[in-house]
Amino acid sequence: MKKISWIITIAALLVGAIGVYHYLVFGEQAAGYSSAVPWGLGVATYMLASGLSAGVYLITSLVYICSVKELEPFRRVGLVAALSALLAALVAIGLDLGHLGRAWRVFISPNPHSPMAWMVWLYTIYLLLLILQLYFDSRGDSSPAPDAGTTEIPGDKRPGRYLAIIGVLVALAFSGGLGALLGVVQARPYWSNPLLPVMFLVAALASGSALLTFIVGVVNPGQHAEETGRAINLLARIVVGLLVFYLLFELVEMLLGSYYLSPSHALPYQLILTGPNWWIFWIVHLVVGALIPVLLLVRSNITAKTAGWAGFLITLGFLGVRYNIVVPGLLAPPFPALPAAYSEPGLVYTYVPTQSEWLVVLFVLALGAFIFKLGIEYLPFNRRPDRVVTPPARHVKTGADLSR
Amino acid sequence: MVGKERREAREPVTRREFLAKTATGMVLGAVSLGVLNRNPAYAAGTMAAPVVGPDSRATAVKEWPVKSDWENKIRRLEQDLERALGKPVEQRKWGMVIDLRRCVGCRACTVACKAENHLPPGVVYRPVMEEERGTYPEVQRQFLPRPCMHCEKPPCVAVCPVKATYKRPDGIVAIDYNRCIGCRYCLAACPYGARSFDSGRFYTQDTPLLEPYESEPALEYGKQWPRQKGRSPIGNARKCTFCLHRLQTGQLPACVTTCLGGATCFGDLNDPRSMVREWLAREGLMRLKEELGTEPQVYYLT
Ligand code: SF4
Ligand code: SF4
Repeated sequence: MKKISWIITIAALLVGAIGVYHYLVFGEQAAGYSSAVPWGLGVATYMLASGLSAGVYLITSLVYICSVKELEPFRRVGLVAALSALLAALVAIGLDLGHLGRAWRVFISPNPHSPMAWMVWLYTIYLLLLILQLYFDSRGDSSPAPDAGTTEIPGDKRPGRYLAIIGVLVALAFSGGLGALLGVVQARPYWSNPLLPVMFLVAALASGSALLTFIVGVVNPGQHAEETGRAINLLARIVVGLLVFYLLFELVEMLLGSYYLSPSHALPYQLILTGPNWWIFWIVHLVVGALIPVLLLVRSNITAKTAGWAGFLITLGFLGVRYNIVVPGLLAPPFPALPAAYSEPGLVYTYVPTQSEWLVVLFVLALGAFIFKLGIEYLPFNRRPDRVVTPPARHVKTGADLSR
Repeated sequence: MVGKERREAREPVTRREFLAKTATGMVLGAVSLGVLNRNPAYAAGTMAAPVVGPDSRATAVKEWPVKSDWENKIRRLEQDLERALGKPVEQRKWGMVIDLRRCVGCRACTVACKAENHLPPGVVYRPVMEEERGTYPEVQRQFLPRPCMHCEKPPCVAVCPVKATYKRPDGIVAIDYNRCIGCRYCLAACPYGARSFDSGRFYTQDTPLLEPYESEPALEYGKQWPRQKGRSPIGNARKCTFCLHRLQTGQLPACVTTCLGGATCFGDLNDPRSMVREWLAREGLMRLKEELGTEPQVYYLT
């Protein structure tokens, strides 16, 4: 199984690399975005990966800070997942830039007024924090000291804990900040929504906890069945709760949106619900990414594996969610007469992702998986199964069949 | 509005004369100007601007009248320009007024801009929008050229993460091509769709020969920008510069000099004697998407 997953990951990486090659040889022509619709699948993938990183991190760190024992055994795996997703996000957005080689300018001549500049700084701090946390963890600094009293929280008063507190603040800032990046754009009424940062935060938490469910339930790097069961039991509730909360936001947005009359306000909603890509909302997001997994997760006798795959479906569904935030917002032309005013390649007010763009998405996702697999395989802390903390009995009562 | 203007028939001889007079060959499109202008440029007692030579037929032509014709307007704008250039840069405030009643929808400005700035496929600085209203015979067609508005409060500048796009002291919103990372955030943030992304396309890329003129350097911002893979402006955001490179040499923006209907007025909004200020005082002045608070420096007369 392990071997097969490696083969699949490397094969996906190689196939996806063809898309990267197209980008390098043909430049931005290989992509479907244009002067008219300047962001597309690449940005949506970046937003998915960034949200996944923040979500996984927030869930694992919050439970660490609040000492929720069920997820404690999976905290390090969560850190590796957060790092992998972050690196995947950075590669996704890096490939999307016209001049990646100049990105360092954000550090030397940043525009403090630009949310994008803030995002870059926050990612940098976050990346450093993740690396530090993994470093301390691999040294065992945040594990319980041998002489710790029974009531002491594992990792308490250790560097890892303080780093986690800062990390949580940073992850909250950049996952919401991504919503602000779109929310400040007054020119796009579909984005210009003060609630967008909150929606992005909830989306990050929902998708991140779903990814963690997949990791715990399916990838499961050598944990005991009992631990997995407890973690899945908790995660399933967190995921369903957050997803329903997100859907509530979306419902309100759609209901209000259906009242808008001006084309730039109304068109994005019409496109999402009944446009040529209606299936992204109805099938990918609602059926595959919400209905099926929620039905699976609320069953009382779910296995950890099934729960994990339900988490995978939710994660996938969020690619549709991100796409439907980025692209429809740009599809409404600034003036109804502008699309017909001048039309030529690179200036068409529609967007269809190209094959190269899809391949790049595959590459980015496979890269995330690849880094994750490398991390859990080779980072030193995973070679010490004796460090597993057995949670106190008072915390959990699963009541579910959690055999793997 | 535009549709109500009457076109007058011309005698071929007169047209040829006019051609000779304007003999600069500056803009072929300008030939038909007289056909479409309400106050024909070749009216009695006129003279073309540049004199070709002592033997030129143009020298035999009389002076332009003081008022009311296209060429006269261009000269006046050039004088305004000269006066503005005599001032320190921070005391100038470039702006444009477009008289929609005079725009005939010929798109000479769009094409002149494409040629002036060597714009590739997918990049256009000044498209002309068109709208048809009513049904025949009660029908009217309206045109609206849309350059960059050079907003007083430009959202594109606010979002640029690396300060590659900035507002100059003279009001022009410029892009430092060598700083731009090509993130296209500014394209998303411009409410007027005035920004384009140069994705490295060439018009002749699918033909046996990539025409060399397509790679020749554009002169934007007073520098040479050859279009080569991996180098700016390929991979950058691009936009109308009010032809800053032409202004710096005392020339009007290409769209102004080629505007057949004489619909585009350009100059220093700080200069009370300028023609652009005169037009600003006219009735029916408006700006696009005023409600957004961007304060465009391109005005329209309706
Ligand atoms: S019209 Fe657009 S590109 Fe021009 S200054 Fe305003 S926001 Fe910037
Ligand atoms: S594309 Fe260039 S000019 Fe536009 S926001 Fe990005 S860095 Fe700035």
